[in-house]
Amino acid sequence: MNDTKEVKSALTPGSYFFTGNEAAAEGAIAAGCRYYAGYPITPSSEIMERMSQRLKEVAGVFMQMEDEIASICSVVGASWSGSKAMTATSGPGFSLMQEALGYGVFTETPLVLVDIQRAGPCTGQATKVGSGDLMQAKWGSHGDYQIIALSPWSVQEMYDQTIDAFNLAEQYRVPVFVMADEAVGHLRERMDISPLVQIKNRYKKSGAAPFGTEEKDGVPPMPSFGEGESITVTGSTHNEFGVRKTDDPAVHERLVGRINNKILNHRENIIQSESYSLDDAEVIVVAYGFTARSAFFAVDQLRKSGKKAGLLRLKTIWPFADDLISHIGKLGKKLFVPEMNSGQVYGEIRKYADCEVIPYHQTNGRIIHPKDIIAHIERII
Amino acid sequence: MARDLDAYLRQEIKSTPFCPGCGHGILMNIILRAIADLQLDMKNILFVSGIGCAAWIPSPHFNGDTLHTLHGRAIAFATGAKMANPKLKVIVISGDGDLTSIGGNHLIHAARRNTNLTVICANNMIYGMTGGQVASTSPLGTVTATTLEGNPYRPFDLCRLVLGAGAEYAARFSVTQPLVLMAAIKKALGTEAFTFIEALSPCPTQFGRRNKADSSVQMLKALMQDCITREQAKGMDKDLLKTKIITGEFNHE
Repeated sequence: MNDTKEVKSALTPGSYFFTGNEAAAEGAIAAGCRYYAGYPITPSSEIMERMSQRLKEVAGVFMQMEDEIASICSVVGASWSGSKAMTATSGPGFSLMQEALGYGVFTETPLVLVDIQRAGPCTGQATKVGSGDLMQAKWGSHGDYQIIALSPWSVQEMYDQTIDAFNLAEQYRVPVFVMADEAVGHLRERMDISPLVQIKNRYKKSGAAPFGTEEKDGVPPMPSFGEGESITVTGSTHNEFGVRKTDDPAVHERLVGRINNKILNHRENIIQSESYSLDDAEVIVVAYGFTARSAFFAVDQLRKSGKKAGLLRLKTIWPFADDLISHIGKLGKKLFVPEMNSGQVYGEIRKYADCEVIPYHQTNGRIIHPKDIIAHIERII
Repeated sequence: MARDLDAYLRQEIKSTPFCPGCGHGILMNIILRAIADLQLDMKNILFVSGIGCAAWIPSPHFNGDTLHTLHGRAIAFATGAKMANPKLKVIVISGDGDLTSIGGNHLIHAARRNTNLTVICANNMIYGMTGGQVASTSPLGTVTATTLEGNPYRPFDLCRLVLGAGAEYAARFSVTQPLVLMAAIKKALGTEAFTFIEALSPCPTQFGRRNKADSSVQMLKALMQDCITREQAKGMDKDLLKTKIITGEFNHE
């Protein structure tokens, strides 16, 4: 099993006035990240700048690479050398990284990527907010696979979810994405650092097959380079010892099945959400990221004027909260889904909710204002 | 004797995937002999490769840690592995298309940073695995699957390229020059810096059959004839020199 322990926080416990990007870097250090590689890109660069300083203080390694492709590839290499490793980027860089993220999935490499989403597609509006990378997070690389993607709504959660991301990556041997948006990345607010941090480390078992397992949770132990285990790692289809098997249908099916099921079979343990005033709500806003802050404020205002609105906040985007949405869809309420994209999560909700689902899309590079949510809900109720 | 190197090979892997006449088997032998001569501990060596025929030289055959990565990205993966664990000896072995075309950016930047890696480029001057398309290393006029009238572009001079980018040491030899090639690999492995070996390796299957050397013996003979030393190149007729490949060690001069 994973080695789980409580360690002292890297920073002196107490209150800090951080931006989301700074908090993500601190979360990484607290979680035990000792390798960072990245390439400058707005609006995520502050994470890299802070990591360049903080890693020095904890005897870690910082690399500014020649591009995003090199960054993510070196993160995979560092992870196999035994380091907890991460990168951060934004849309165009995330696009460049997709092939290597597929490599990370297929070789079951723990790593963390923080995507500070900006208004796309393409170069789009580099300094403006969006949340249009969620489907890319799920389907950006080719083939069938699962990843874990989180969605923070506050500076505190940038810290907490970055720690969670490392723990999930180590536990499930999978790339984990913190899908923040520019508004959360550049938001500056108070956050608290507690004295102890719970961290998980990858499971090791000398001589065991690093890519096959009889164990129930489907996550094999992971050795590191230099431990004398003669590891073979390949992005081609491989057997339990990592040896290429590129024309054996059974090996391919077993491997693809396992890397999917090790995530899907643990949805209950992975997926997190929060609900506010759902019980008697006539309309439930389903939101995530910065938009959930506007929705939270809007629901509060609506309640004050006697309107029965509630909020379901998705803290995990992938794997998708299908059971939860399916359950909520049976309560006889309407769902309202505001998003800073053209309805990426709305489409998922439609798949599982057997009720009226009303989308609200905004793709103008600005946050969704609470008054817009209030105005729409007043029309619905 | 081939059995001398048994300890350096994974015994459960029964055969190599190379075509008859391919030079990569010779290179495989030379690399392992260099490692054996230097008495390097395989348990402390990480071999990193990209995609293509040459990427299969170490993976999964070599009995150390092997990381078979994405097309072009071997050096980037190797950089992360080496920086995260500086005690590892990290050797990149891959092909010319992989390291110098799709991976060209990583090659020059690793040389610039002087990352402590030895990069061995098996240069067969063509994309072998995908069916013989022109490469950034194909000589002018080479007939390939995508240049039926002959390659219109000049090839990279890889040693000058990496030296220009900051490599400490670069050498070019052919697998038909096994002893000097092995000596160069040993020198590179013994240097704690970014070092680069260009190992010319014949590809009769894709290069030879389109370029009037369709038997492996013919290709080996042609390589032996074409490869000259730097001393031999001095004072050679210019037009004749264009048909030759200058081999040797190249340092900053």
